[in-house]
Amino acid sequence: MIAIVPMVASTVVAATPLIYAALGETVVERSGVLNLGIEGMMLIGAVAGFAAARATGSDGVGFAAAAAAGVALSLIFGFLTLNLQTNQVATGLALTLFGVGLSAFVGHNLAGLPVERLAPITIPGLTAIPVVGDLLFHYDVMVYLSVALFVGVQWFLTKSRIGLTLRAIGESPAVAHAIGKPVLATRYLAVIFGGATAGIAGAYLSLVQTPMWVEGMSAGKGWIALALVVFGTWKPTRVVVGAYLFGGVTQFQLFAQGFALPIPTEFLSMLPYAATIIVLVIICRDPRTILLNQPASLGHSFHPTA
Amino acid sequence: MDQSGFENLKPRLVLTGIAKRYPSVVANEDVSLSVRPGEIHAVLGENGAGKSTLMKIIYGVTKPDAGTILWNDRYETITAPAQARRLGIGMVFQHFSLFETLTVWENIALALDEHIPTAQLAARITEVSEKYGLPIDPYRLVHSMSVGERQRVEIVRCLLQEPKLLIMDEPTSVLTPQAVLTLFKTLRRLASEGCSILYISHKLDEIRALCDTATVLRGGRVSGTAIPRNETNESLARLMIGGELAECHLTPREPQEVRLEVDHLSLISSDPFGTSLKDICLKIRSGEILGIAGVSGNGQKELMAALSGERLSPDASMIKLMGRPVGTLNPAKRRAHGLTFVPEERLGRGAVPPMSLAYNALLTGAQSGMVRRGMILPSVMRSFSKAVIERFNVKCGGEQSVASSLSGGNLQKYIVGRETMLQPKIMIVAQPTWGVDVGAAQLIRQALIDLRDQGVGLLVISEELDELFNISDRIAVLAGGRLSPSVKPAETSIEQIGIWMSGKFADVMPGASACAPSRLETADA
Repeated sequence: MIAIVPMVASTVVAATPLIYAALGETVVERSGVLNLGIEGMMLIGAVAGFAAARATGSDGVGFAAAAAAGVALSLIFGFLTLNLQTNQVATGLALTLFGVGLSAFVGHNLAGLPVERLAPITIPGLTAIPVVGDLLFHYDVMVYLSVALFVGVQWFLTKSRIGLTLRAIGESPAVAHAIGKPVLATRYLAVIFGGATAGIAGAYLSLVQTPMWVEGMSAGKGWIALALVVFGTWKPTRVVVGAYLFGGVTQFQLFAQGFALPIPTEFLSMLPYAATIIVLVIICRDPRTILLNQPASLGHSFHPTA
Repeated sequence: MDQSGFENLKPRLVLTGIAKRYPSVVANEDVSLSVRPGEIHAVLGENGAGKSTLMKIIYGVTKPDAGTILWNDRYETITAPAQARRLGIGMVFQHFSLFETLTVWENIALALDEHIPTAQLAARITEVSEKYGLPIDPYRLVHSMSVGERQRVEIVRCLLQEPKLLIMDEPTSVLTPQAVLTLFKTLRRLASEGCSILYISHKLDEIRALCDTATVLRGGRVSGTAIPRNETNESLARLMIGGELAECHLTPREPQEVRLEVDHLSLISSDPFGTSLKDICLKIRSGEILGIAGVSGNGQKELMAALSGERLSPDASMIKLMGRPVGTLNPAKRRAHGLTFVPEERLGRGAVPPMSLAYNALLTGAQSGMVRRGMILPSVMRSFSKAVIERFNVKCGGEQSVASSLSGGNLQKYIVGRETMLQPKIMIVAQPTWGVDVGAAQLIRQALIDLRDQGVGLLVISEELDELFNISDRIAVLAGGRLSPSVKPAETSIEQIGIWMSGKFADVMPGASACAPSRLETADA
């Protein structure tokens, strides 16, 4: 029973960066833009956050710097795909390559240096409750903010009028333009939001999970976040469930490896990916679910013609 | 409807000298018109005459190069649709501007400039839709609605903003004849309440039935104005096309052997917004044209895909060409059996946009001598292409011009010509004259009739009932994925076909299905 507590705790820590990155990308893709550059924006966020936190000693500044760095990179993407109408897939891939290279270059002298891990917060009265306190009220502030982000994104997409406009633009930018909606501006804001969350996701790796800067430390988490968005059929709830599932199985297999079970470790390492894919494939086994939920204009450039 | 009501009123909208020039074409030149409160004003013209451009200028989608817009005695420069809406101008587009995955109220909320809480908005939608006889459920998803219902959503969306001027762009092209009558009732009621209506159409009967005044456009210029009810179709057509309307005539002809047979074909649509085909049966004989009427979205796309081989049938014998089962063959193999087809989408399905006309001939003609031992014979390909251009009077810069550089009508002539000259045994044509000007449409219809007279069996899917009545030996209706029995045009009426178009053929002829040998078909054989 008590072994569950550390596993849940590490699951939450493993899932949090995925939640930030995937929720951001959900909003971006709902507006009809496909940004494959998450991995690059995460790495830039990781190195920027690490450098800023080390320089100032403040984690808050670190996360703010990470978000700003992610936004800067996403603005490049936005300018290329929205203004110059380059191919979104190619531009996104280029952004990832650029982010990988730039973060390694900038972070060359930071590799291996220590930084204080963002400490869990203590909630008076709640954290002290046995088991429940450890399970629910013993995390760092970014975990609680990720829950708030989920609630916010869910509300924004399903309840708010701007969210409705964003979804409408994702379905048909031409129609949205015809009824006078600002297609480019809305898409820009979505891309910027996605950049900020990807940057924060990266900083969570270098300031909480590891906590240090290692070249290429996102190790494919940006791609996992992208896959979660698709398999979660662009619905925030499913995306978050997928992220916790992936984080949970990742931690489970680490624990399992520790018990020296008679299963090849390669299989255990494969488990998180396989489990996530299987569960999400079951969720959306009806191809209509994808067709009905996928933003119809996803990945297509839009040129407003007067 | 009292005509004298508005004649003494001051005009609500006055356009003077409007011009819009595109690099290759002049869409509008020196266009002037005026509309008074309560007036239903027709803007009449062929496809490409500049009607839609003019309306987009009024609605602020397109900026004019010259001219002035006087709205309620004030000069306005309308630069955005939102501004037009604030002035009280509403527009119902020809191709609906609705979001399919959203609900009715969400679609309407998007177009409103003010924020109304959901429940209140839904109540207002219900109220307005009932007042004008356009019932809609605010919580329904748009993709589950028929085309007629979607149009209601568009109209209600405009009405919620209490427009002073409503622009209707070709509103009846997607409606059954009965739905057209309902729409006219709504429009007359609106006009009687003082709303001005600009009604764009090329359908002369409708304009004479509905409109108080008409401005006729030809080649982007005003070619005349008229009081439609004092005119005849012929006199309006003269203004519209600058010549007489030629008619096609079918000479009676005894159909020969069955060339295409579809037997109990059911096929689930692969598109979640599509219509599944249900138990389709039809026969086409040599030397006859079977016209398939119906509002788009009732399975036309799916039927075309099933017949051409783009979608394979579950059983080979469900489709037989010249008696051979071909239901599981791909399009190329079906073509080898003598089938040719003209798809609805010209660019992308009928022709490859960035390729030359000559290569586009190769696309479907490769099996007829243009390729030898895997090598293209350019001279054969080019001379075939030239022959099509010449015989079908395709206006273009020669066989090397790129398909996407041709106007819709000219490209359609080329595609129909190409498929015709491949000497088919069966030809399937979808929307042959959609977006094609009257002259070209006439030429295309005649080409189809000539093929029939040479003994080819033709299936023509069209939304234009007049066209089908003109060129079909038999007419059937596709509604909700089901096919009605077929009848001779002389033995039915537009009203009857209209009732069938709403899916009610089972009520009219109890037990009738295209699959059972009906009274009519027995009489016909």
